[in-house]
Amino acid sequence: MRHTLAVLVENKPGVLARVSGLFSRRGYNIDSLAVGMTENPEISRMTIVVEGDDRVLAQVISQLSKLIDVISVSDLPSSESVDRGLALIKVAADMDTRAEILQIAGIFRAKIIDISAETLVIEVTGDKGKIRAIENMLGRFGIKEVVRTGRVALHRGTKTVGGEYR
Amino acid sequence: MTDTPISGAKALINCLKNEGVDTIFGYPGGVLLPLYDELYDSDINHILVRHEQCAAHAADGYARATGKVGVCLATSGPGATNLVTGIANAYMDSTPIVAITGQVPTPMIGNDAFQEADITGITLPITKHNYLVRDAEDLPWVVKEAFYIASTGRPGPVLIDLPKDITTDEFEFIYPKKTHLRGYHPDVGIDEDAVKRAASMILDSECPVIYAGGGVIISDSSSELLRLAETIQAPVTTTLLGIGAFPQSNKLSLRMLGMHGTKYANYAVQESDLLIAIGARFDDRVTGKIDAFAPHAKVIHIDIDPAEIRKNVRVDLPVIGDAKTILQSLNSHLQKMQTRSGAWLGKIDAWKKKHPLSYVQSDDVIKPQYVIQEIHRACPDAIIVTEVGQNQMWAAQYFQFENPRTFITSGGLGTMGYGFPAAIGAKVGCPDRTVIDIAGDGSFQMVSQELATVATNNIKVIVAILNNSYLGMVRQWQELFFDERYSYTDISQSVDFVKLAEAYNLVGIRAEKPSEVPAAISEALSADRTVVIDFVVDPTENVFPMVPAGAAINEILDPEVAA
Ligand SMILES: Cc1ncc(C[n+]2csc(CCOP(=O)(O)OP(=O)(O)O)c2C)c(N)n1
Ligand SMILES: [Mg+2]
Repeated sequence: MRHTLAVLVENKPGVLARVSGLFSRRGYNIDSLAVGMTENPEISRMTIVVEGDDRVLAQVISQLSKLIDVISVSDLPSSESVDRGLALIKVAADMDTRAEILQIAGIFRAKIIDISAETLVIEVTGDKGKIRAIENMLGRFGIKEVVRTGRVALHRGTKTVGGEYR
Repeated sequence: MTDTPISGAKALINCLKNEGVDTIFGYPGGVLLPLYDELYDSDINHILVRHEQCAAHAADGYARATGKVGVCLATSGPGATNLVTGIANAYMDSTPIVAITGQVPTPMIGNDAFQEADITGITLPITKHNYLVRDAEDLPWVVKEAFYIASTGRPGPVLIDLPKDITTDEFEFIYPKKTHLRGYHPDVGIDEDAVKRAASMILDSECPVIYAGGGVIISDSSSELLRLAETIQAPVTTTLLGIGAFPQSNKLSLRMLGMHGTKYANYAVQESDLLIAIGARFDDRVTGKIDAFAPHAKVIHIDIDPAEIRKNVRVDLPVIGDAKTILQSLNSHLQKMQTRSGAWLGKIDAWKKKHPLSYVQSDDVIKPQYVIQEIHRACPDAIIVTEVGQNQMWAAQYFQFENPRTFITSGGLGTMGYGFPAAIGAKVGCPDRTVIDIAGDGSFQMVSQELATVATNNIKVIVAILNNSYLGMVRQWQELFFDERYSYTDISQSVDFVKLAEAYNLVGIRAEKPSEVPAAISEALSADRTVVIDFVVDPTENVFPMVPAGAAINEILDPEVAA
């Protein structure tokens, strides 16, 4: 099972090492991790996608909560949250294939952000499935490089995480 | 508080005094020169150890004996890395210590400067929290937080890394009154519903067992535990670290459970229908084969650390919070129950009669168990500290412990060389108590240089070496599980321990026959300085009962059965 955690942490040096060290040392699998400042500059927010059953999830949450620099940990169930990742895909493209690639990008509402005689760089945003789908479609043209961000997620509706601390 | 700027070094001393620190165990070095210069005039008692590992262990022993935070100090680089074993040891056993390390000046950090080590990085997984102080003005709140974090909730070691320039920078010192930690709330309150459910599970059970760990001692809830046990007439077994939490003379005591626990404790747990775990963490040395542990029992788990719940075993009812508060509330929900005693306690009494701890006494060769019994007879109120190995298990089995903070041992990490420095710390913290380190010949040789520390500081402890000429616990496993192939465990002829003690101008005593044991002990008790007693014991003696690693805890090896 995959779970998405929203973790508010102190925006201090070394916090990322504390969190990632905890995962490796206790053998929890991180699927993806994204970190950035929140609307409060003293606080950063990590979105961590972790693989494991309910027992592992409970352990991850309580071990994370024990870190002094961790302010709050919330589980975001997929049914109650929205999440996005971004990928940049450099795909081989020449005169013959460019039009078709543009068409595919259009269908995925992806953007072309760089072009050369032999390549295109495509920016695509979405959930994991969408990014995988466009990769599959582009595969036959020759993908030269892919870079992905970790996923970021928010609750749907009015709900927020960390309440009072933010 | 002062308006004139003072140096970071002076500020640190002020901070420590504000925290009530009276003793520091430490060792100086280049980057600590400004701090040591301040210590020179300070009324804080600094004990100069002979190896930094022992400063950490001494701080740990001080903390366990007194319940206060222990403090150790080491210089940058090798001084700091020498603390690592002691910090890891404190982490595993939830001991509150604050370790202060010197660091190279802030502009040089990250450049592989002379004696630079990334000690905050190194100790990340073995501290409750750590700090690298980057600005002298941060020092007061860092120290305030460090002591608060170390001593509250589930206690543990906190490290403060102090770059040299921080100790010389001057600033206006104000000590904060409170901490503001957004991410740390040790006072979790108490879930009254859970406590009520626990009470009703207890009322419904016929064969309950209380399984008490070090958390009972840390939270100072021995009297609440005693009241609970007597109210519900449930037998009590403790972990190694829980020894002292419940009086072993009480008829409800099952003594220790697990790998070298009593048979009756293990049998009781295996047949119980309700296991009430208090401040214990279901360590593998306790549970043996986890799937076969307490198979018929519902489990109530009382612990302050939510991360311990269901870490190793299924739990029917977690009750999270301070054990003392929870037990007080639980006791208020329970009435005295006399009815239970019949069948269940009768069964336990029969096990106790049938399977007492036992060994075969000898007239010619000293049995290590006998030494422990004699030490208990001569000095039942001593604080007993141990090394690691067979000596530790015999101390746990054959002394009779009645009070918390009287048994100090390295449980989670199993650190050879812990006992002697921890005994030093315990004695410094409790100068009026008799402190005895039950030692192994191997373990003591890891830290015997601290004889200089006790000699020069006039600290009196007794080191009772159960000298079996072997790394005995390893030898035992080789005998039982590796065809008696004693690979590198024979340490006979290492050193003359009597002469070693005398070389430090201390007292050395040797006992070679059982008849010499009582006199050796009383001579040691009356000596005016540290005594090393070399008890030459039977090298072939093994620790029993024993549950082989990975077996269920009722699958017990014991010569009594084998014979
Ligand atoms: C620092 C350290 N190194 C190695 C071990 C592994 N070990 C556990 S018990 C033991 C033997 C201890 O020998 P001794 O101190 O003579 O005690 P005995 O078992 O003989 O009583 C060893 C080597 C350990 N626990 N700690
Ligand atoms: Mg030995």
